[in-house]
Amino acid sequence: MRIQLLNLAHARSGDKGDTANVGLIALEDKYYPLLVREVTNDRVKKHFAGICKGKVERFELPNLGALNFLLHESLGGGGTLSLMTDAQGKTFSTALLRMEIEIPDQEAQELGLA
Amino acid sequence: MKESIRIAGGQGFWGDLPEAPVRQVEEGPIDYLMLDYLAEVTMSIMQKQRSRDPAAGYAKDFVGLMRQILPTCIEKNIKVTANAGGVNVEGCAAAVQGVARELGLAGKFQLGIVTGDDIMQRLDDFISRGIELRNMDTDEPLSIVRDRIQSANVYLGAWPMVEALNRGAQIVITGRATDTGLTLAPMIHEFGWAVDDWDRLASGTIAGHIIECGAQASGGNCQYEWRSIPNLATVGFPIVEALPDGTFVVTKHKGTGGWVIIPSIKEQLVYEMGDPREYLTPDCVADFTTVQLEYEGTDRVRVFGIEGRPATQFLKVSISYSAGYKAVGTLVYSWPEAYEKAKAADRILRTRLDRLGLKFDQILTEFLGVNATHGPLAGQPRDDLPEVQLRVAVRSDDRAAVERFTKEIAPLVLTGPPGVTGFAGGRPKVEEIVAYWPALIPKGEITPRVEIVEA
Repeated sequence: MRIQLLNLAHARSGDKGDTANVGLIALEDKYYPLLVREVTNDRVKKHFAGICKGKVERFELPNLGALNFLLHESLGGGGTLSLMTDAQGKTFSTALLRMEIEIPDQEAQELGLA
Repeated sequence: MKESIRIAGGQGFWGDLPEAPVRQVEEGPIDYLMLDYLAEVTMSIMQKQRSRDPAAGYAKDFVGLMRQILPTCIEKNIKVTANAGGVNVEGCAAAVQGVARELGLAGKFQLGIVTGDDIMQRLDDFISRGIELRNMDTDEPLSIVRDRIQSANVYLGAWPMVEALNRGAQIVITGRATDTGLTLAPMIHEFGWAVDDWDRLASGTIAGHIIECGAQASGGNCQYEWRSIPNLATVGFPIVEALPDGTFVVTKHKGTGGWVIIPSIKEQLVYEMGDPREYLTPDCVADFTTVQLEYEGTDRVRVFGIEGRPATQFLKVSISYSAGYKAVGTLVYSWPEAYEKAKAADRILRTRLDRLGLKFDQILTEFLGVNATHGPLAGQPRDDLPEVQLRVAVRSDDRAAVERFTKEIAPLVLTGPPGVTGFAGGRPKVEEIVAYWPALIPKGEITPRVEIVEA
């Protein structure tokens, strides 16, 4: 089945210069391995096509059931140079939660998602 | 040694809820109030204020706040750590002394003044000795913006504030100090932690990270079950209850709104995070992958297990420089065909800017209600949108070009597509851009100064 990250995680995002950071946090610990497996750098880079012009880095925080993404060259120059409404990347969090991932039906059932 | 201390976060940024620190002092027991006033470009704003008035250049709000809370702080022996000094720490301290005299509290407490962060006058010396202060993001040497620099300050850590507290200061005022140091310093002072006690220093640093953005740890901007968050109108700002072993509990005053739950703490932990194993401060390197969380009651989250490593041999420098001008113009288009009309207006505007021969480094068009936050991820809008706001922003080194742009917005009301409104605020303002230049400097170059004065 296809499922949107909104149903699996919450998130908060912020900025460091022209880089946006998105912390993606599993709503339940049992979803974390799924996030690690499915929400890869490549997927995130593709998801933010046209928005993130640089590379995407990913860091794992298994202790928090969270992944931290750095989206480089995403904020129109960053800080005060940026002309964007969201110059500080505050809404990149919910933008990532739009992503949909594919889960085998059996796994979805085991996780109580189906 | 105290068994535990309560450190309250009072401001998430310069301009946060004015009554938050007052409520922290009045609505329950605390030992320390920490106040973070300095965002990355705040120093340049203060530098500008000081160039117009030599007595200015610090967070004036802090002085007003002191007028409100100083009597209670003295009565309850609450100590304050604040980076309110901006580019004029002495001026800020003098203003607080003035308040103390007004309130009849002169001679009743000591003020700690931490300086040595301002390196504006030393930049040429550094550059001539091969300390290039390269931009941490772009790797460019500082010399390329040398003539446009407005302020240059080193981020000082907890230790100068610790010295001020050890020497008896009740109110500690600093210039550019790290947000985390404002929280860590009271713990080191009270518990006598060693300079190489990396795990505990990392714990205090992470405690600081959790409360430095104010209510963002206690229900504000919390995505998790946001509809269920109780009474954000009276949101309680976060409080750290720290123990000598480095563990701590995050909580808030009883009876206040918001919530302190594991998801709200997790959201704040990942906020503005880089590599979670390498959270660098002047005091230590904190490892966020070691943080453990558990409930210890309602609105009480215990934080433990934190590990740290030795601090690096560098301090971060925050430099601001003038980087041209910008302006933003907006208009609102209504149903029917709101989005189409807004797009047509944008084309007309751009054609006119072109014909005027104006040169901009960038022109950015956004359509609020369609794509301003999530861009292409928002997908195609439905065709009967009730309204769309057109937002056009420009940036240029040429002030005249930006000025001219601001005169092209209102005329669109009478010379563009129909169904348009939302131009009540007059012409857009031209804003000077003060940009941020992060760099590193060897620690040995910087000597913080700590002064204790009678209030």
